[in-house]
Amino acid sequence: MSSRRSRSRQSGGSRPITDDQINDLVSKLQQLLPEIRERRSDKVSAATVLQETCNYIRSLHREVDDLSERLSGLLESSDTAQAAIIRNLLMQ
Amino acid sequence: MISKGATWNSNSCRIKFARRFVSALLHMRNRNTRPGSLTIEGVRTHTQRIKIAAYLSMAQAVGSRRAWSRAVLSKHGSRARRHSRMGRSSVGLKKTRVIRSYPPGELGQAKKLRQLVPGGKTMDMCSLLEETAHYIKCLATQVKVMQTLADNFSK
Repeated sequence: MSSRRSRSRQSGGSRPITDDQINDLVSKLQQLLPEIRERRSDKVSAATVLQETCNYIRSLHREVDDLSERLSGLLESSDTAQAAIIRNLLMQ
Repeated sequence: MISKGATWNSNSCRIKFARRFVSALLHMRNRNTRPGSLTIEGVRTHTQRIKIAAYLSMAQAVGSRRAWSRAVLSKHGSRARRHSRMGRSSVGLKKTRVIRSYPPGELGQAKKLRQLVPGGKTMDMCSLLEETAHYIKCLATQVKVMQTLADNFSK
């Protein structure tokens, strides 16, 4: 009784969290991960998905860092920046 | 609601982000004509600013629809940043204990995930997984756009 009460006090959740919902979301997450998608295995556990997700997010953060460095260097030295930017926007 | 999410492609997200990010870069460039920017420290700060501009632009492009973007905006919004440095009660809020029930077996990885996803510390498990999925999509888009920009600049 008390656990139900405390659960209903959670922000935005008056519905109880079922295992099925979580499994659903985990499989949705699995589809987004490049590595697991390529492995094409259905027997990936939730823990693996979460682990891969953490690794993927960290690698994305690292890529953002590297790209920021590159852009920082390029931005300093580029006079043709305006043309490049306009070209890039048109290509979107 | 779900169908709306399916038609919301990463395209509009990409374009919105690209526009904001590029204008932020231009703004930075026009502001940055001081010679001091060529020191190592100056370059590092410049890199930091570009990185923050990237995350901020993406959060702005997403808007307040998502908890993670709201968390990024409140953390990094330029005016909010100055106010938070003046010792707001946000520090006190963080220390408030929130009684959550972790589903068994997900505790270890979920903790790491909460640290990686902005705003993840106060979400329940369902929201955390949803926000993570959206966050990953947007991060991937962000990386692609930045990659394209970097390629174009170096031509």
